[in-house]
Amino acid sequence: MTAPLDVSGSELEVAPEPGPVGPAGRAIEGRSLGQIAWTRLKRDKVALTGAGVVIFLILVAIFAPLIVSGFGHPPNDFNQDLISTETLAPKDGTGISAAHLFGVEPVNGRDIFSRVVYGARISLLIAFLATLLSVAIGTALGVIAGYFGGWVDSLISKTMDVFLAFPLLVFAIALAGIVPDTAFGLSGDTLRVSLLVFIIGFFNWPYIGRIMRGQTLSLREREFVDAARSLGARGPYIIFREMLPNLVAPILIYATLLIPTNILFEAALSFLGVGVRPPTATWGGMISEAVRFYSIPHFMFFPGMAIFVTVLAFNLFGDGLRDALDPRAR
Amino acid sequence: MSESPEPLLSLTDVRKHFPITKGLIKRQVGAVKAVDGISFDVRRGETLGLVGESGCGKTTTGRLITRLIEPTDGRIMFEGRDITHMSQGDLRPLRRDMQMIFQDPYSSLNPRHTVGAIVGAPFRIQGVRTEHGTKKAVQEILELVGLNPEHYNRYPHEFSGGQRQRIGIARTLALKPKLIIADEPVSALDVSIQAQVVNLLEDLQNELDLTYVVIAHDLSVVRHISDRVAVMYLGKIVEIADRKDLYESPMHPYTTALLSAVPIPDVRRRAGRERIRLLGDVPSPINPPPACRFHTRCWKAQEVCRTVEPPLAELATGHRVACHFPENAPAGAVQDTSGTEVPA
Repeated sequence: MTAPLDVSGSELEVAPEPGPVGPAGRAIEGRSLGQIAWTRLKRDKVALTGAGVVIFLILVAIFAPLIVSGFGHPPNDFNQDLISTETLAPKDGTGISAAHLFGVEPVNGRDIFSRVVYGARISLLIAFLATLLSVAIGTALGVIAGYFGGWVDSLISKTMDVFLAFPLLVFAIALAGIVPDTAFGLSGDTLRVSLLVFIIGFFNWPYIGRIMRGQTLSLREREFVDAARSLGARGPYIIFREMLPNLVAPILIYATLLIPTNILFEAALSFLGVGVRPPTATWGGMISEAVRFYSIPHFMFFPGMAIFVTVLAFNLFGDGLRDALDPRAR
Repeated sequence: MSESPEPLLSLTDVRKHFPITKGLIKRQVGAVKAVDGISFDVRRGETLGLVGESGCGKTTTGRLITRLIEPTDGRIMFEGRDITHMSQGDLRPLRRDMQMIFQDPYSSLNPRHTVGAIVGAPFRIQGVRTEHGTKKAVQEILELVGLNPEHYNRYPHEFSGGQRQRIGIARTLALKPKLIIADEPVSALDVSIQAQVVNLLEDLQNELDLTYVVIAHDLSVVRHISDRVAVMYLGKIVEIADRKDLYESPMHPYTTALLSAVPIPDVRRRAGRERIRLLGDVPSPINPPPACRFHTRCWKAQEVCRTVEPPLAELATGHRVACHFPENAPAGAVQDTSGTEVPA
């Protein structure tokens, strides 16, 4: 790098450099990093399949009443005529027919298909809202900790450590047990869903928070932040205009990967009986009931498959998204 | 060079000590004396080169001038105003006149912003409105630095290193500053591109009447662009002189050693030259050597160098050097060992 610069005259290069010109000399439109990530994602068939399944599940959850009314079996209606009075099992073993695609439950004969469809609503709703809560708290506190540093960083980081050390499952069981049927002006399913969103979302933020803090720390050292500062930019400008656009990718990635974790956690809580109360259908709750009827495997199979497919689809999509947004991580 | 009575920028005994803390209560156990008492003036329209080894404090100096970091001590005057401890709010309007070019064109441009947003940021941050809108102004600047104005909507990753540095320069020029601090403006670029960017900086200086402080470790770049050159060693200025004087008759042994290390691309010229090899490493700025900081590596060092700090004395017109035993000193200009100044 120390070669002498014996350059005489300076007629060099002040004319515009001929840049790449689009076809037919059209105005050149740059491709943003987002557009590049999208092209990359489009080539990843596995991730696209995951995304397709995720969209399908979201549509199923949204249009659950429509789908179920099309098949004519409300999720909480008993179909005792299909149940054998002696064994309490479905008469032909499963009850699977054109009318009951996934068969019926033992004892009361509720339609498993419509319960799985309605269960998707609860699972996805709680998982999405809890993830939103975690991401919101985690991003805000993580960025603040990383940007301001010093005692603010110490305080927030220590708080994260405390949260991560918290025996979440025990707390969830205890809290869900003591909250009455009506609280905070809410009741029934609304209250239970809000409670689960709070428990799952509020205790998961440190994972996102740590990632955001780390990303912010590394962004803060980049020279474009100094450049903005030397132009006289204030803190909010630097955080919102210079840093946040660079944090969108990690936020999206970790949110997509947090959703399946939250689905599993919600299922676990419902399984343990501290989730949404029966008779409202949830996947975890169905499995919990099915445990008593292990000789009737289809009862457990369908909600189990629903959880499995959903979690797998989100994970595949999240991994593909990570590869697309951050090619260096490969 | 026009000698205006008031320098554009003036540093007086500026220091920056980064504290080293230890333990829970952050007890200060020492300090990295990155910049330890430097003084110099920058006149309007000139280019001052600031050279030295890595870690000698040149980048810190640049960041002190632009107040990206807070000085520990000393005084910084810009256009006759004391900006040493001015609040960031009061400083904001002054920042229009004082801009910085950064070293790494890959880190200095936000990858999520278009070229238009990057070069237009100064207008937005400073709330400046232009006659025909920001876009028009930005495109004019892009043209000025030799970029295609149609690249307005492109992203930094679509450009080469040299082009990216031009984008960075365009951003610095947006508000027509008076002073530009260029921190290693070409060291991250290919040698073939370095010349282009250096020439661009010179052309812009002539066109826009700019004043530069160019920080570099590359003596050839500094020689090409500077009117005056200051040599730093371990947080202090050891020699400051007009370019010609410094390169042709360096007085400080450190400068002599630095210059002897510049490769000469000519075998015949190279033959007659003796290369001075400095022994040992640069001492730690946490615990710099007493008195003359260079005495640990200097082949002329004597007892006085370890006990008495040499002042930065003017031994010839415009040529100041901090050494007890300067080389190439004009007859009668050599000071006695007590350090009293003898006028040249």
